[in-house]
Amino acid sequence: MSATETLRPDSPAQILRVTGLQKHFPVRGGILGRQKARVQAVDGVSFAVEEGETLGIVGESGCGKSTTARLLVGLIDRDRGDVRFDGRTLGKDLTLRDLRRGMQMVFQDSYASLNPRLTIEESIAFGARIQGLSDPVGRARDLMDRVGLDPARFAQRYPHEVSGGQRQRINIARALAMSPKIVVLDEAVSALDKSVEAQVLNLLADLRAEFGLTYIFISHDLNVVRYISDRILVMYLGEVVELAPVDLIWSRQAHPYTRSLFSAMPSMDPDNRTEEPPLTGDPPNPINPPSGCRFHTRCKFAEAVCARDVPVMRDISGGQGHLAACHLHDTASGHSRAGEEGLT
Amino acid sequence: MSGPGSLVDIRNLSIRFRGARDVHAINDLTLGLAQGETLALLGESGSGKSVTLKALLRLLPPRRTDIEGTMKVNGADVMSITGRALQTYRGGEVSMVFQEPGLALDPVYTVGRQIAEAVQRKKRVSRDEAMSTALDMLRRVRIPSPERRLSNYPHELSGGMLQRVMIALALACRPRLLLADEPTTALDATVQIQILLLLRALQKEFGMGVIFVTHDIGVAVEVSERIAVMYAGQIVEEGTTHEIIKSPRHPYTRGLLAANLHDVARGTRLDAIPGAPPPLDVKPDACPFAPRCPLAEARCRAALPPVHQIGPRRRVACIHADAPMEAA
Ligand SMILES: Nc1ncnc2c1ncn2[C@@H]1O[C@H](COP(=O)(O)OP(=O)(O)OP(=O)(O)O)[C@@H](O)[C@H]1O
Ligand SMILES: Nc1ncnc2c1ncn2[C@@H]1O[C@H](COP(=O)(O)OP(=O)(O)OP(=O)(O)O)[C@@H](O)[C@H]1O
Ligand code: SF4
Ligand SMILES: [Mg+2]
Ligand SMILES: [Mg+2]
Repeated sequence: MSATETLRPDSPAQILRVTGLQKHFPVRGGILGRQKARVQAVDGVSFAVEEGETLGIVGESGCGKSTTARLLVGLIDRDRGDVRFDGRTLGKDLTLRDLRRGMQMVFQDSYASLNPRLTIEESIAFGARIQGLSDPVGRARDLMDRVGLDPARFAQRYPHEVSGGQRQRINIARALAMSPKIVVLDEAVSALDKSVEAQVLNLLADLRAEFGLTYIFISHDLNVVRYISDRILVMYLGEVVELAPVDLIWSRQAHPYTRSLFSAMPSMDPDNRTEEPPLTGDPPNPINPPSGCRFHTRCKFAEAVCARDVPVMRDISGGQGHLAACHLHDTASGHSRAGEEGLT
Repeated sequence: MSGPGSLVDIRNLSIRFRGARDVHAINDLTLGLAQGETLALLGESGSGKSVTLKALLRLLPPRRTDIEGTMKVNGADVMSITGRALQTYRGGEVSMVFQEPGLALDPVYTVGRQIAEAVQRKKRVSRDEAMSTALDMLRRVRIPSPERRLSNYPHELSGGMLQRVMIALALACRPRLLLADEPTTALDATVQIQILLLLRALQKEFGMGVIFVTHDIGVAVEVSERIAVMYAGQIVEEGTTHEIIKSPRHPYTRGLLAANLHDVARGTRLDAIPGAPPPLDVKPDACPFAPRCPLAEARCRAALPPVHQIGPRRRVACIHADAPMEAA
């Protein structure tokens, strides 16, 4: 699909600019497991993030959020696509090492990402040490303070001796120890209890203000994403289907998939519970995604054109940065209801 | 809740796991459920939700577990059911759906055979009859092309489909009580809402009582007519779903509602509950929420708070229960 339409015009304020990012994983398929198949995990993803901005990424399980995150921080290699970070392009004037240093990732599983044999202080100091920064231990203790863990109480403990919320604070401190410009948070608060999640979200907001950080925030909880993000990017089966400032997308979901995703949120009002499931069925197999618009097999507006032509991202807000990839929003698409008011 | 209409009647239940470090998982829990009612047991990790359900099914390791208090299901004393009666009780009278349907299903048998065998274990019916019950159940849980699905193995089904099979299995013998332990937590939002609505419809259709365990308030609102909020192995507040959501009284319930971020404005500071739940290595002898509570006073730390009955089937375990509080 056409990638560039997803992007804002190039600007020096953009700390990250990703164009046409693609990752297909080879997997075994077929009855005997011999056939070569490819999971189209990320397929032509493009977006740009400005310095200090928080971009939220949402979408169903398996739509490619984590793969996108891992591609961004250089944990896995991309098949295709350009990554420009801080004015430099990966593979040209930007090395993988510099990318990894400038972009840190925090994962959902707070336990698995810590070395069980290192004390908390050592874990946090590790990053600074391998970078050759001065006084790694002093930095580690400072950071522990910043994330709300008293060094006197916690520095010498091991990961199994602290709670899940505390471990996630350690992971955040560890990421910050590398002095990153961007922190990619992949379901970083999802495993936490609600009451502890709120503490960590407050912390993330404080750190963002203090260090001028840019966040890419992945979560399946739309309420959390709305709270923390400036813009939201919606993925479906490896592609971006909608991208918009939070307030715009909250009041109007332009893509039928986004609409369904938002309506699937539990109601919170006992007098007004959900009556109809917004979507039926499960997401299709990413090994063999549907033709045309990948959502057409579940979309109530789908017509022949949707199975045939790939919709591209286009601005639907008169230049306010609300983009969606759906034939309903392209009067030239041939969809019989294209341009109709009030559909989505 | 006791008397004729009562399906579940748990009184002063306390459960302690013995080990290198004791865990006082349930502490003086009293809970009732009427026939045909759906109650959400709402609480955070470690609050004792699963232990409560497992106790009702007698699934706790007997040698390491001390249980005090009484549990009655449909008038029968749960702790004294033994032998064959226990087999009939589990799966017949009461059945359970888990968070991970994969764990409850056997990977080497087709789903049709598993449901049919569950039916035959409880009822004297032929294989064919059992299989047609299985087919009927797959239809009722709205599985597309149910005839074909009968001969599918669990690994051939998606997560949402597996959860439907699990529900079909649990309901095949028409239990009076369904225990659901976070059955939608591992599912995508779009699939979760499908399963919640399905459970709601089946509950009406079968008229069974349901205890639905969740840590997600939104999920509780979607499925239940009543909510009991758990903290540190106790019920700290109980009422209708409407009462709990619209006028929560316990400071913990109010904190949970605020942390749900439902309509919190972007950029405002969250009103987070500080700290973390208490370790349960000793039985709480004061309000277990006091160390985190903005309203705590000396008497909260001195003794267990009284349980205020502030309405019919509406109770709050907090000294401030009587004082009106502005909504969270
Ligand atoms: N190493 C891998 N090998 C093969 N397939 C993979 C690999 N990693 C991811 N995939 C597949 O790529 C697709 C996208 O996965 P990804 O983990 O990015 O999804 P996600 O959006 O993060 O989902 P979730 O919400 O469940 O975390 C899925 O179909 C997944 O099974
Ligand atoms: N078999 C056991 N032996 C010892 N301790 C146990 C056992 N089962 C549960 N516990 C402890 O009892 C307490 C309550 O556990 P329970 O599983 O009921 O929590 P929960 O409310 O279901 O939490 P979650 O939301 O994480 O599932 C926890 O502290 C747990 O570690
Ligand atoms: S392009 Fe067609 S199928 Fe895709 S979302 Fe729009 S209307 Fe639905
Ligand atoms: Mg992921
Ligand atoms: Mg549990």
